[in-house]
Amino acid sequence: MWKRFASNIGAMVGVVLLIAVIAIAIIAPMLYPGGPWQMVQRPFLVPFTMEAYPLGTDTLGRNVAAQLAYGAQVSLLVGLVSTLVALLIGVPLGAVAGFYGGLADEGAMRFTEFFQTIPNFALAIVLVAIFQPNLTSIILAIAIVSWPPVARLVRAEVMSVRKREFVDAATLAGLSKPRILITQVLPNTVSPIIVMASLMVATAILLESSLSFLGLGDPNAMSWGYMIGAARTVIRSAWWLSFFPGVAIIITVLALNLIGEGLNDALNPHLSRKGRA
Amino acid sequence: MNFLKTTTFLVAAALAAPLAAQQDGGRLDIVVQPEPPGLMLGLVQNGPTQMVAGDIYEGLLRYDTDLNPMPGLAESWTISDDGLTYTFKLHDGVKWHDGEDFTADDVVFSADVFLRETHARLRASLAYVDTITAIDPLTVEFKLKEPFGPFISVFETGTMPIVPKHLYEGTDYATNEANATPIGTGPFKFDKWEKGSFIHLVKNEDYYVEGLPHLDEVYYRVIPDAASRAVAFETGEVDVLPGGSVENWDVPRLTAMDGVCSTGKGWEFFAPHAWMWMNNREGPTANQKFRQAVMYALDRDFMKDVVWNGFGNVATGPVSSKTNFYSDDVTIYDHNPDKAKALLAEMGYDGEPVRVLPLPYGETWQRWAEAVRQNLAEVGINVEIDSTDVAGWNEKTANWDYDLAFTYLYQYGDPALGVSRNYTADRIKKGSPWNNVEGYENPELDAKWAKAATLVSADERTALYAEIQKEIVDDVPVAWLMELEFPTIYRCNIHDLVTTGIGVNDGPRNAWIEE
Repeated sequence: MWKRFASNIGAMVGVVLLIAVIAIAIIAPMLYPGGPWQMVQRPFLVPFTMEAYPLGTDTLGRNVAAQLAYGAQVSLLVGLVSTLVALLIGVPLGAVAGFYGGLADEGAMRFTEFFQTIPNFALAIVLVAIFQPNLTSIILAIAIVSWPPVARLVRAEVMSVRKREFVDAATLAGLSKPRILITQVLPNTVSPIIVMASLMVATAILLESSLSFLGLGDPNAMSWGYMIGAARTVIRSAWWLSFFPGVAIIITVLALNLIGEGLNDALNPHLSRKGRA
Repeated sequence: MNFLKTTTFLVAAALAAPLAAQQDGGRLDIVVQPEPPGLMLGLVQNGPTQMVAGDIYEGLLRYDTDLNPMPGLAESWTISDDGLTYTFKLHDGVKWHDGEDFTADDVVFSADVFLRETHARLRASLAYVDTITAIDPLTVEFKLKEPFGPFISVFETGTMPIVPKHLYEGTDYATNEANATPIGTGPFKFDKWEKGSFIHLVKNEDYYVEGLPHLDEVYYRVIPDAASRAVAFETGEVDVLPGGSVENWDVPRLTAMDGVCSTGKGWEFFAPHAWMWMNNREGPTANQKFRQAVMYALDRDFMKDVVWNGFGNVATGPVSSKTNFYSDDVTIYDHNPDKAKALLAEMGYDGEPVRVLPLPYGETWQRWAEAVRQNLAEVGINVEIDSTDVAGWNEKTANWDYDLAFTYLYQYGDPALGVSRNYTADRIKKGSPWNNVEGYENPELDAKWAKAATLVSADERTALYAEIQKEIVDDVPVAWLMELEFPTIYRCNIHDLVTTGIGVNDGPRNAWIEE
């Protein structure tokens, strides 16, 4: 499996990019101990004019490079944690629905549909606005809007797996139903979940950026979306303030998508496109 | 360079003005931001309403940029030596926009009946008034119970707009149908309001001042986004950007354009004064040393130069240097982080976090809050910015749920009208964000504020206000930030747009366009 993944050039590029972003996020406090909000130079310093501030400064004279580095922390944190939370909601619900069927299935799916009928982004905005914007509420809001596809995916997978013979064998061996679900069925649904999760991280990063862009970000956390939102009013005189965070978002999301693709090809060879090994 | 260019234009304009004859005709497009909730100035007095309705309604007096009274609906006036009787002689031949005659009865109705009920700020001043009488159809007399120094400053359009008695007497003011089609005596008549798009005013052909107004029509344009407003000005869609309608960092770019002028004048009557309320009741901000530390921690010159692009002045205390009774004989809080740290150590600050509530009025204010947070963090104060919207800001400040909260208030030409309301104990009242929200109590100063308001002699008032300023600045009930300046940006071929202390609010009255 790892071989298949490693032979996929796109996926490897994704991994390298993502590692770079993670590395920057981790060493940000060492590179810029003053934090991302420190006003260090005159405002609107054009990029590449001063060695110490290669990416220029923003409206208040804050170092754009430092903001990008700290922004990476927030983006990755939000992406990972909200995906985890979404999985924690979606996987059990989908699993129960798919495994037990009947009323449990009906109830769980109607509940899921309820969330699916509301546009993701609109619901996220409403939730953040109600709970006051801070990192926790943003992560929760993103998780709440992104778990339904997980639940549906897991349900479908569980439904196909639970009819297999080894499940019957486990039943005959006297294992309890919950135990069968956890030890026999779920492990066999992991690969599509992993693929989906990697893509969800990318979506979550985009969602967080969009929220921050609209001014619904955590005002105490530097994020890429916030940078673009704040730069919007000066986009004609200071292009670099929105350009660099935009590039950062593109790179990160692209990397995650490439990895997702690679995982998909590696974990589900029978589903992969023609011509791939 | 840009500055030089602008100055050249201004000088050129100043030289040209007396030579060129004032030309009639033309249309002015002015940005109004945000869209006013209503145009009946007697009922609604927020900024945008004052700007549009200032052309429709008038007060008895107008005020120049030094805040000296000038004739408005009143042609002349006298004040008795004891400061108790104000007599106004009204203009002859003034008509309401619907053709009815304007008389002294309208003034009595407006001041004594209508505005007493609807206008909270004026009501406070009217408390000093004993009787208002129409001596004859063109003479009105205000008799006061006791002298009230700032009384001559309350006759401005937005403070005491004269409303038509024949339309409002005996009706329910708030639901009166006439509110939708305001009828005033001003130089422009209401024509049409396309919600979300524009308000159209047309020239009042029967205006009582010979030769005015020069313009044929005025459009107030509603453009919700700051960047779009800047573009609308660049493309020539609008001619005037009143103060505050574009972000500060767009101002240098716009004023550098050919044929564009700007002025910081026209806000003297309001003298917007910005500060942060510090909650005097609880938390670290209840400690005077902490409040002083905040003052020393803030780099207010940086805020002026960077956040406000060099516009405005650093505030030294509660009274704006642009108004009367300002005193600079006070403790000056320069940017001194060491002193701030020493004060914090002295009080034993334990790192308890404080929340900063920014004013939700756009990017400039958000950046300002971020600069404050950084300044405070540098001396070791833990700061978090609360995020908020307009409704949330109103609620949090009105219910005292904050540690530090940004605000700015108008001064209305006199400390007794616009300043003392924020510092005296009788103005501590939950539920309103326009009073002593910080909860500052100082009975000695309260007595001085009260006395200063009722002194007749201006010299005595000056001395007493100087004393008050000296004391209160050491107490630091709030963190004074800046005297704001909102430059008005307009095309240089528009003349005489800003001639009074309320600027664009009654600017179109005298404005004319040079072809």
